[in-house]
Amino acid sequence: MINFTLNGEEKSFDGDPDTPLLWVIRDFEKLTGTKYGCGIAQCGACTVHLDGSTRRSCVTPISSVDGSEVTTIEGLAGAEAEAVQKAWVAIDVPQCGYCQSGQIMSAVALLQYTPKPTDEDIDGAMAGNICRCATYQRIRQAIHDASDMMEG
Amino acid sequence: MTMHTTRRAFLAGTGLVIGFAIAPRGFAAEGVPAGGGDALEAMNAFVKIGTDDTVTILSKHIEFGQGPFTGLATLIAEELDADWSQMRAVHSPADDKVYANLAFGLQGTGGSSSIANSWEQYRQAGATARAMLVAAAAEEWGVPAAEISVSKGRISHAGSGKESGFGALADKAAQQTPPAEAKLKDPKDFVLIGKDLPKLDTPEKTNGKAVYTLDVTADNMLVAVVAHPDHFGATVKSFDDAEARKVQGVVDVKQVPQGVAVYADNTYAALKGRAALNVEWDLSGAEKRSSSELAADFSSQIGGSDALEASKRGDVDQAFSEDGTVSLEAEMVFPFLAHAPMEPLDAVFIKRDDGSLDVYSGAQFPAMDQATAAEITGVDPAKVRLNTQLAGGSFGRRAQFGSPYMQEAAAVFAATDGSRPVKHMWTREDDIRGGFYRPMYVHRMKASIDPDGRITAWDQTIVGQSIMGKADLDETSVEGAANLPYAIPNLRVMSHNVALPIPPLWWRSVGHTHTGFAVETFVDELLQKVGKDPVEGRLALLGDEPRHMGTLRKVAEMADWGSAVPEGRERGVAVVKSFNTYVAQIVEVSRGESGMPKVHKVWCAVDCGVAINPNVIRAQMEGGIGYGLGAVLFDEVTLGKGGGIEQSNFHDYRSLRINEMPHVEVAVIASSEKPTGVGEPGTPPIGPAVANAWRRLTGSPVRRLPIVPAGMA
Repeated sequence: MINFTLNGEEKSFDGDPDTPLLWVIRDFEKLTGTKYGCGIAQCGACTVHLDGSTRRSCVTPISSVDGSEVTTIEGLAGAEAEAVQKAWVAIDVPQCGYCQSGQIMSAVALLQYTPKPTDEDIDGAMAGNICRCATYQRIRQAIHDASDMMEG
Repeated sequence: MTMHTTRRAFLAGTGLVIGFAIAPRGFAAEGVPAGGGDALEAMNAFVKIGTDDTVTILSKHIEFGQGPFTGLATLIAEELDADWSQMRAVHSPADDKVYANLAFGLQGTGGSSSIANSWEQYRQAGATARAMLVAAAAEEWGVPAAEISVSKGRISHAGSGKESGFGALADKAAQQTPPAEAKLKDPKDFVLIGKDLPKLDTPEKTNGKAVYTLDVTADNMLVAVVAHPDHFGATVKSFDDAEARKVQGVVDVKQVPQGVAVYADNTYAALKGRAALNVEWDLSGAEKRSSSELAADFSSQIGGSDALEASKRGDVDQAFSEDGTVSLEAEMVFPFLAHAPMEPLDAVFIKRDDGSLDVYSGAQFPAMDQATAAEITGVDPAKVRLNTQLAGGSFGRRAQFGSPYMQEAAAVFAATDGSRPVKHMWTREDDIRGGFYRPMYVHRMKASIDPDGRITAWDQTIVGQSIMGKADLDETSVEGAANLPYAIPNLRVMSHNVALPIPPLWWRSVGHTHTGFAVETFVDELLQKVGKDPVEGRLALLGDEPRHMGTLRKVAEMADWGSAVPEGRERGVAVVKSFNTYVAQIVEVSRGESGMPKVHKVWCAVDCGVAINPNVIRAQMEGGIGYGLGAVLFDEVTLGKGGGIEQSNFHDYRSLRINEMPHVEVAVIASSEKPTGVGEPGTPPIGPAVANAWRRLTGSPVRRLPIVPAGMA
């Protein structure tokens, strides 16, 4: 039995311990904001926060999550999250939207560690998140906007 | 344009009455929309008004990021005089008649046509609904309809002081006989069209609540994945599923025409089960040539007797033989390209107690997918509902004549007893290796320059698969070349169709993906050879094409063309008309640390007629540029020795990443021409603009894509 916290709620899982966290979240917990995109930690669509840091849930076996705190887009809260989501809406970042949960999870973590990121900081934190619609210019802008909002 | 004249006629033939009509953000948490819902009155096939004053538009076009929910809602809201805050959008039911793309004659999204074909139809639907609301108010209040005004979602009569929202009058309005044709606004009176209205689907795409097909779930649902061959044209010879069946959660394994399907209680079990299968493939009918062998074979066809004439004016051969003529030749090779939308292909099947079947899918040709699902599952087509879902991108991938993806998904469901819902999904590997690529093409170009430096002849031959599966000339192979915009007196464009077992498909901007590159890089080389400026030289050859010239002049002004460029950088330009939209781009490029081109900045001017929502247009240009840039820098699907597919996922089929995205500045040209599309036209110019800058920077013309710098092959 694997025990963990998902968006503040106690959860347990007694299925195949190799099951990636992504599929536990989606198939067993029915939270679908976290997406599948590649299954090999190349695209970042499955990004969640694990004990406060970004993690690609598609390559994270549930056995390694025992005792951890997991946050998904549905459980995102706090000043950074509010600022990021507000900034995202203000300039209409999403196109198809499929990768955006992962983008937002990465952006929020970036701002938690680096409240005033430079373009290079953004590149470093966000280069693992692919957007096939290439909304990158707006992602960059929205992160700067969110940073300004928090300062301000 | 077909408009029905009575409400009954409007509703007849919609195939089913949808019992729910909700804003995108209102989708049920479980993903499967339930029946019932708020009271909504249908004004016509495109507009419903709720008792809560919401206006829900039914989008006949799928929303996968290009913006039809917002664009079509704008057209209706404008003529309805609604307030933007009350607008909602959902996908319409599948119906090839009521919801036909007026450019296709069947329901479908593609060719950047959503706004172009709906421009009058959706405004008419809004104007009709407005007239019905006004008639209802006149009846209710006992005042003349002509004295009633509507503004920002409020209906009012100044004389009596009566005022109402839409919701209170919706029921009565729905009983009115619609006018045969309602009067549309004079464009000078537009209050919403032309504004940067916020997109309707943004909030739910920012909080994880947007529901895509992969998110649709049902009690007791099976997840199925199919083992596919790694050669095109291969079939299952035999398989051993003993190990697969031992995997915890695997429920069944069945052969389907496309491969071997594994059914499981959850996604991971299905994937693990598939990995444990042992399948022997029959390669007797498979493509065994490598990509380089294919390119050589394509090349050898040029000049053969099966050449199809796409365009001809003057006498090219005569021009080449004139005394003192100098000629320039080039051969260009374009690779297979996968679309790689973020959400791989998927579908959910749920058999209902009454024997009907619900299919959920990101369908680009919904009625075709519906008919395919019915045929393969054996369910009466009248009892199959194709519920179009938001899709995680497409770029052309979800639009397939004959619905081959739906054939596989339906076959997987049909192979079960139907008692459990089934989600069929492709993994990224299935997607990259699944074919339906932008075909491989070889172009041979030749041009002549007379002693006065004039380009006198243009001779282009294009070899590749026919996307439309034609034996004769396929316009999609030669579009953009056959109608060369440059005034060159002698022109010949020929085409050779190649048959391969690798299924081809359109990819964001279709033929322009390669013709735009070939034409715009070759003309740039010719202009350089005769010492002409890339912008001025093009303008001089575009005398009959004012809208090409308009975008080119605008982009040159934006980039301050001719001003000093930073050390180590060069600029390149390209202008391409596709889908009746004109886009010119200028790029600034240096050699990056890796030796690859580094694109710093892109200026883009677009003329798409009336701009419905300039912000959406800018977003599509930004995205089209990023999508096209990723392809020219990184992407190719290759067949190795023996014909095996070499790529499998985003590690070897690269996508542009944020650190590679240039800063893009877009200008939307003001125009009163009818609106045209923007989903695709941003893509074609970026490749040649980058290649032109790269040639000026390095001296090496780009002859194959993706761009592989000398010494890095």
